[in-house]
Amino acid sequence: MGKENLLEVRRLKKYFSTAAGQLHAVDDVSFEIAKGETLGVVGESGCGKSTLGRAVLRLHEPTSGEVLFDGKNILDYGKAEMKALKRDMQLIFQDPFSSLNPRMTVSQSIALPLTIQGVYKKKEKEALNKKVREMMDLVGLAQRFVNSYPHELDGGRRQRIGIARALALNPRFIVCDEPVSALDVSIQAQILNLMQDLQRDMGLTYMFITHDLSVVKHLADKIMVMYLGMVVEHCDVKQLFAKPLHPYTKALLSAIPVPDPDVEMDRIILKGEISSPIDPKPGCRFAGRCIYATEACHGKDIPLTETEPGHYTACIRVKEIN
Amino acid sequence: MDNILDIKDLVVRYETEDGIVRAVNSVSLELPKGASLGLVGETGAGKTTLAKSVLRLIQWPPGKIAGGSIMYQGEDLTAISEDAMCKIRGKEISMIFQDPMTALNPVMTVGKQISEAIAAHENVSSEQADEKMREMLTMVGIDPERAGEYPHQFSGGMKQRVVIAIALACNPRLLIADEPTTALDVTIQAQVLELIKNLRSRLGTSMLLITHDLGVVAQNCEYVAIMYAGEIIEKGSLRDVFKNGLHPYTKGLFASIPKLNEDVDRLKPIDGLMPDPANLPEGCKFHPRCSMAKEICRCQIPEQTEISPGHMVCCHCFGSHKDAWKGE
Amino acid sequence: MEANALKNNTAEVGRTEQVKARSLWADAVRRFKKNKMAVISLIFLLVLAGIGVTTLVIDWATDSSIYDEKVIDQNLMQRFEAPSKEHVLGLDEFGRDILLRILWGTRYSLFMSIAAVLAAGIFGVMIGAVAGYYGGRVDNVIMRLMDIVLSLPYMLLAIAIVAALGPGLVNVLISIAIGYIPEFARITRASVMTIREREFIEAAKAVGASDMTIIFRQILPNAMAPLIVEATMAVAGAILSIAGLSFLGLGIQPPLPEWGAMLTNARGYIRDAWHITVFPGLAILITILALNIIGDGLRDALDPKLKN
Repeated sequence: MGKENLLEVRRLKKYFSTAAGQLHAVDDVSFEIAKGETLGVVGESGCGKSTLGRAVLRLHEPTSGEVLFDGKNILDYGKAEMKALKRDMQLIFQDPFSSLNPRMTVSQSIALPLTIQGVYKKKEKEALNKKVREMMDLVGLAQRFVNSYPHELDGGRRQRIGIARALALNPRFIVCDEPVSALDVSIQAQILNLMQDLQRDMGLTYMFITHDLSVVKHLADKIMVMYLGMVVEHCDVKQLFAKPLHPYTKALLSAIPVPDPDVEMDRIILKGEISSPIDPKPGCRFAGRCIYATEACHGKDIPLTETEPGHYTACIRVKEIN
Repeated sequence: MDNILDIKDLVVRYETEDGIVRAVNSVSLELPKGASLGLVGETGAGKTTLAKSVLRLIQWPPGKIAGGSIMYQGEDLTAISEDAMCKIRGKEISMIFQDPMTALNPVMTVGKQISEAIAAHENVSSEQADEKMREMLTMVGIDPERAGEYPHQFSGGMKQRVVIAIALACNPRLLIADEPTTALDVTIQAQVLELIKNLRSRLGTSMLLITHDLGVVAQNCEYVAIMYAGEIIEKGSLRDVFKNGLHPYTKGLFASIPKLNEDVDRLKPIDGLMPDPANLPEGCKFHPRCSMAKEICRCQIPEQTEISPGHMVCCHCFGSHKDAWKGE
Repeated sequence: MEANALKNNTAEVGRTEQVKARSLWADAVRRFKKNKMAVISLIFLLVLAGIGVTTLVIDWATDSSIYDEKVIDQNLMQRFEAPSKEHVLGLDEFGRDILLRILWGTRYSLFMSIAAVLAAGIFGVMIGAVAGYYGGRVDNVIMRLMDIVLSLPYMLLAIAIVAALGPGLVNVLISIAIGYIPEFARITRASVMTIREREFIEAAKAVGASDMTIIFRQILPNAMAPLIVEATMAVAGAILSIAGLSFLGLGIQPPLPEWGAMLTNARGYIRDAWHITVFPGLAILITILALNIIGDGLRDALDPKLKN
């Protein structure tokens, strides 16, 4: 091991002010991602995983905390430094239907980051076109679509445009926000394979945000499970699937229907639904739905502790229930 | 076996300005009484069109049922009058839609929406309808005290429960669920599927479950039909299709999903894309993406072959042209 | 190495023929062409505009001699002459050819309206885009100002402005433009606020695009559809406003052949000679009808979802 960390996030918080109070979208989250690795961030809608991804890129300005990229805190960066940093950090979106400008052709969309970052000057049209075509080849998009508009293409091809656009600046770190959730399964596999190939060939580091545990299991090295803005479990992918420790992770795993009639599912059906992230009371945020919850789970925030080597859990009863 | 629903050679077309879209092509499907059938397919396979045509909800223009029959309890739904159809919708057959956010009327309280569904089909006083409404809410796990609230005060999972309550309010014999949990989180999906399962076993309702999620089918259905480009390419019991799937597309589907209970380094996607339903290929609709395609697949539509009782496959490798296929 | 990535989709890369691209604009044109009434209206309007340009060219070439002679100069001997072969629409109360006056009047009615709407559009779109994009306090201040303008009866506002500045071409234009700015600002703001939330805007931010690039290159092209429709309708409204102001004696002053002014002057003789009121009135009516039909056609063509 001993791999160098590309990204380190320390006690990151992102609160939104709403009429009803402070919405704790991301609450005190810390993690690191080593060069060339993939961190899977898993959780249900409203758990703050997308906000976390955007806060790391400063697309949402974090409320407090540190984001160290290459050892430097990017939250101290000025406008110009931030713009330069975008060459290294990019984002792939969930919805290939709204993440592309409907009035721009494929080549215009892919060229946008290159012209905005001034990689090619206005006069270098030819070089720019060549680069666009290279990018299309790289993501497996046929040249004949170079002047097509997004509405003429299907979801899989659109997602390839989104990937080409993110890769055009040759970044080192990419936040992937549910990049395959909107796609059909047969297309989903094509895109997942493409992302794996690109990671291997270009040495990319991914932060892979998804609600689909089976995709994370397939792609990620480390995994982080979020619930209501907080991390409840964080460890190696293998550890998590072999032995989930947090009650929420267990319920989440058991809720996924396995496409095999022989697998008897021992379902833990959770009661109730995710509670409000606005001004949450101190204490374990999952306690309201947890079958193991006791008095001690309420009243005090539960820190993430190393339960087993490299396996972090935020649950005070983790020893008793496993 | 007694079938509650028997679809024979159903053809549905949309006639648009860009040409004729052949959404459902000669589909035959049967659902035994009390059972549940999973209809699996990707976007554009024609699953929703098939479901809607059972309730005759296809709007003309541009869509119309162009052939075949839909037998429900001995009656051909494609031939009966609109009045008779109205009596069947909601009362005999009801439907749950994918998106609970848009399926409910935002300016009507949820209680009112349920009791209206009851009053529309049953000859009851408004007090009786109200009482039944409260009963339904309790049954789907919502406090009847919340009947006076509006849909926006409910979360996604709760809204889907309300939709289910409306669908089951008149004790229908057949429930058509079109991607009922796709818009929901997994833990909520588990709750909703569990709820549907319990209610079905209590009321004896048959179900046609439309989904793209093979896992949901495996956990909820006894029979499966796989749909591709408007055709059923394989159908049979759950075990037939999931354990002994024969059609190259069925195999491709299973190979392309990452699984929790298995480890693979690399997924095997199906090459290419779903064909454009306005411009379907000749012969077997799947041949442009099929690694086993031969000359015969390009020009001739494969017929259904019964592999074992009830297990049907549409592929030349198994049909009467088996030898021609092998010979090439 | 990169070949690996290609393996995913070899079938695609094999084919080289270029796909003919169809932009959303091209789609809209195709749909617009199917609407016969709208196409006829558009042709009518283009012909009218062509005539308007021709009259300007003629004036420039003849140093306005034809204009002075036929359109302005009075010939009291022939007043109220009914339509005839020589004068298809007859002569007015000063013996001037009504057809020529209507044709020469397009520059005041049609071109001035277009100019006023363009001016209102440019300011309104900029104001609305800034308000919609930045939101918050900026939005509040701008939109309350717009509300104030909107709360005044439009005609009253125009009358007040013209009264303050004095009648005249430019002043009429200004008064009409100011009245239309809030409408454009409101529509732009609403579109910008929805488009701002789309992911491709975030994608542009993620590659470091500046606010101005985002507003002008990413958002506004997507906000054009309702604005184009509004502009068409606004031109119709502006023609009416100019005619109205002229009718009240505050707009274009006689003897200039503006359609509304022609109506005002003719109204005293409505019982004696029907044609001198009817034809300028018809000119206004048909032009506005054509603009409204085009506007409806554009709305259907630009937003096909609305129609079904």
